[in-house]
Amino acid sequence: MKLDEFFVTGDPLILGSQIAIGLTMVGLVVLITYLKKWKWLWNEWFTTVDHKKIGIMYIIAGVLMFFRGGVDGLMMKAQTSRPNMEFLDAQHYDEVFTTHGVVMILFMAMPLLIGIINVVMPLQIGARDVAFPKLNALSFWTFFVGAMLFNISFVIGGSPDAGWTSYFPLAGSEFSPDVGNNYYAIALQIAGVGTLASGINFIVTILKMRAPGMKLMKMPMFSWTTLVTSVLIVAAFPIFTVALALMTLDRIFGAHFFTVAGGGDPMLWLNLFWLWGHPEVYIVVLPAFGMFSEVIATFSRKNLFGYTAMVVSIVAIAFLSMLVWVHHFYTMGNSAAVNSVFSITTMMIAIPTGVKIFNWLFTMRKGRIKFTNAMLWALAFIPNFTIGGVTGVMLAMAAADYQYHNTLFLVAHFHYTLIPGVVFAVFAGLYYWWPKMFGFKLNEKIGKWHFWLFVIGFNLTFMPMFFVGLDGMSRRMYTYSESTGWGPLLGISAVGSLVLAAGFAALVYNIYWSFRYASRDIGGDPWDARTLEWATASPVQEYNFAITPQVTDHDEFWLMKKQGRNTIKKEDVKDIHMPSNSAIPIILSVAMGIVGFFLVFEWVTLAAIFSVLIIGGLIANSFDYDDGYHIPAKKVWETEQKWRGDL
Amino acid sequence: MKRVRSVMKLFILFVATLALTACEPLTVFDPQGPVARNLSDLIIFSIIFMAVIVVTVYILFGIIVWKYREREDNKDYEPPYEEGSKALEVTWFIIPVIIVIALTIPTVITISDVEDIPEGYEDQEPLVIHVTSADWKWIFSYPEQDIETVNYINIPANRPIHFKMTSAGTMQSFWIPSLGGQKYTMANMQTQLYLVADREGEYIGRNTNFNGEGYAHMDFEVVAESPSKFNEWVDEVKNTANELTEEKYAEILQPTVIGRETYNGTHLQWIDHAHGGSEKYIDPEAYEGHLIENKKADDDSVTDSESNEKE
Repeated sequence: MKLDEFFVTGDPLILGSQIAIGLTMVGLVVLITYLKKWKWLWNEWFTTVDHKKIGIMYIIAGVLMFFRGGVDGLMMKAQTSRPNMEFLDAQHYDEVFTTHGVVMILFMAMPLLIGIINVVMPLQIGARDVAFPKLNALSFWTFFVGAMLFNISFVIGGSPDAGWTSYFPLAGSEFSPDVGNNYYAIALQIAGVGTLASGINFIVTILKMRAPGMKLMKMPMFSWTTLVTSVLIVAAFPIFTVALALMTLDRIFGAHFFTVAGGGDPMLWLNLFWLWGHPEVYIVVLPAFGMFSEVIATFSRKNLFGYTAMVVSIVAIAFLSMLVWVHHFYTMGNSAAVNSVFSITTMMIAIPTGVKIFNWLFTMRKGRIKFTNAMLWALAFIPNFTIGGVTGVMLAMAAADYQYHNTLFLVAHFHYTLIPGVVFAVFAGLYYWWPKMFGFKLNEKIGKWHFWLFVIGFNLTFMPMFFVGLDGMSRRMYTYSESTGWGPLLGISAVGSLVLAAGFAALVYNIYWSFRYASRDIGGDPWDARTLEWATASPVQEYNFAITPQVTDHDEFWLMKKQGRNTIKKEDVKDIHMPSNSAIPIILSVAMGIVGFFLVFEWVTLAAIFSVLIIGGLIANSFDYDDGYHIPAKKVWETEQKWRGDL
Repeated sequence: MKRVRSVMKLFILFVATLALTACEPLTVFDPQGPVARNLSDLIIFSIIFMAVIVVTVYILFGIIVWKYREREDNKDYEPPYEEGSKALEVTWFIIPVIIVIALTIPTVITISDVEDIPEGYEDQEPLVIHVTSADWKWIFSYPEQDIETVNYINIPANRPIHFKMTSAGTMQSFWIPSLGGQKYTMANMQTQLYLVADREGEYIGRNTNFNGEGYAHMDFEVVAESPSKFNEWVDEVKNTANELTEEKYAEILQPTVIGRETYNGTHLQWIDHAHGGSEKYIDPEAYEGHLIENKKADDDSVTDSESNEKE
């Protein structure tokens, strides 16, 4: 392979990014070296196994990826803002919408949710950490390396360009011989390892490590949604793993699973992809539902209305989500009977979802609603998500779907579910749990700017797309003629995307401002909240709870405050056993990244040679007898005295 | 205050007229045949239900958020503990179940309806057109008439058309929104679609399933005309069009964006892509690198130049 094929060349936009990426990297290395922070980074962050720090790293990575995916979105909106626009050519547009989709779902939504779960869930169930802290670090690093590998495709070798769904036969080497789609197969495989491990980790944590007295039906709603999501991850991700492995065999080793030639069956890819892909939608949306439940209860100062119905609903949604994948291709020529069955299962999902919406509304009824930023996001979720929900029911009707399928109507629909459902939730969660993570609140006033710009921008961007879709515009078109008449609506949509971007910028500014100026004197419980995570200091002590709490109710911390139980006695404090840091997860993940990179370029021998690193890492891990360390009771007591003050 | 109101009224009136005059009906709601009409009716039926749901949620949401907001005078109010309410929860479980059933019945009926010749046209022999999608063009074969067109079709109005669809390579989706719903075209397989145009006119067809660089240019024109005019057109093609050769056909299948073409004879004499054999036309090297420079959508758009001429 020649060097000029290796690097993507010939486009000023990409050249600019290459230079910018190069300069940023050099700048970062110089900065860290100058500040002498390498050792600190390595000891405190890169090798950490603390669930809170891992969660924070997930969140940082997620926000960065949000920026990248957002820029992709803005470029698409600029290109379609007017008929016959010449900002991107077809190939670039194809790469941009592909990476937009992959980045937003897998490298933005997933890490932000898994990050918040990491920080909050162990605290909420009164645990000291997740069940397998080192595996947790491996989850993060494989995700991170997978995301980075995917991102360098932009400047080295070329990005995947077959859509985030990567449909065969297009994504096969018959029609996409360039390396771009190898990045898809390999990078997502590496990141997928981490997600699957997270799923297992969370399930074991919740089933085995809840504080005494916390029966499953006394667990806070966010932890419930985490449990159900984790079960879905374990059920669905292996399907994607297999699909990607077959894709890799097809593309790199000349197999014929999904090809046109040699008896391959591209339809098999569609089925496998959506057997994972549909549950994946619920994997990201269920934890979001959990966050809304916590936020709405806290800021209405009421317990969650119909707790049991809420739990039954999420379990029902998760179960049904495995039975609806065919609705992504009603138009494949299935028999009327098949399409009817899947129409019904799909519409049935609306029932438990509706129950949840009404339960949230009735949680607020008779409450005292405080309009904090976190609550604003939870409130905005309800009307916006309702639009996503009802259009979802419309799309579920197979016959009608023949007119919506693959149009901008569909694109508008899933943005109306995923943005209010996931992004609003992440914002609500960030504003709500930010003090728990960092010890200060985000600014409420700048937050209002963030909120209004984002919500208005979101509606301006995606509402017109429903109408353009009904007017016959299919998705993924990089250009259209003036005679179609779609120009004005898409123009509004492009303006909307700028407002949306301004909203995001306000968030970034808010983080910066609050980091510098916000008050650090907020105590452990700045929102007068209800669940156990607020019984700790802000930011949380490394050992979480000095004494494992005894649980009697789902709003345990609320009760503790009412009954004056939120205090500890010196004689109860014992030595606390903690896991040691480990370098194995990061080293193992980087090794996977290197092997992955060679596989992308189909340099199989090099990949095989470097696989030794992975095997070596696994062996080294087997001989790791480190048993952790103890924090002496005295030190725990001192820490507790410091933040509680009144002991 | 009165002036403000009258200005507001004027403004609303202005927006309303603008909206009404500026908006031609959206394609999906402007059906030109029985299949599309069937689907449009189903969609409107569902929208009514959805509107009721949206309005209910919005009103409840508005009332609750307004009534129970924190105010200066209720700072001491401590909200009660509420377990939930069996009666209420059963209500908002049962009502959606009823709505789902109400939507399921017409959906299932329509699903089977659109798989067959539309009602009222069963007595007519459908015109068979083989659709072969390729990168990045549509190839239409009329086996009875023994002619082949690229990127446009002429059809007789008020006669059912039986599309037998397949692909020469990547997957596409064949869609003429004015006439009916879409369906995928796939290599080594055949899918079917029955459509009728009950008015003469020109409609746009489109590929909706992304299949590479030339995807956005994969539209085609459908001209529905009277049977006599259709026959005239067939005769004209038979008398004037070039013979389709195997070499020419292989050239058409190359990944390119091309305009309209018309041939005598069909490619079905050598290959039906529904039954395999496409691989001999597929050349991965032809797909390397950038294939299409930024290109105006109008260049190949079947709508503008030609339809203007006829007017």
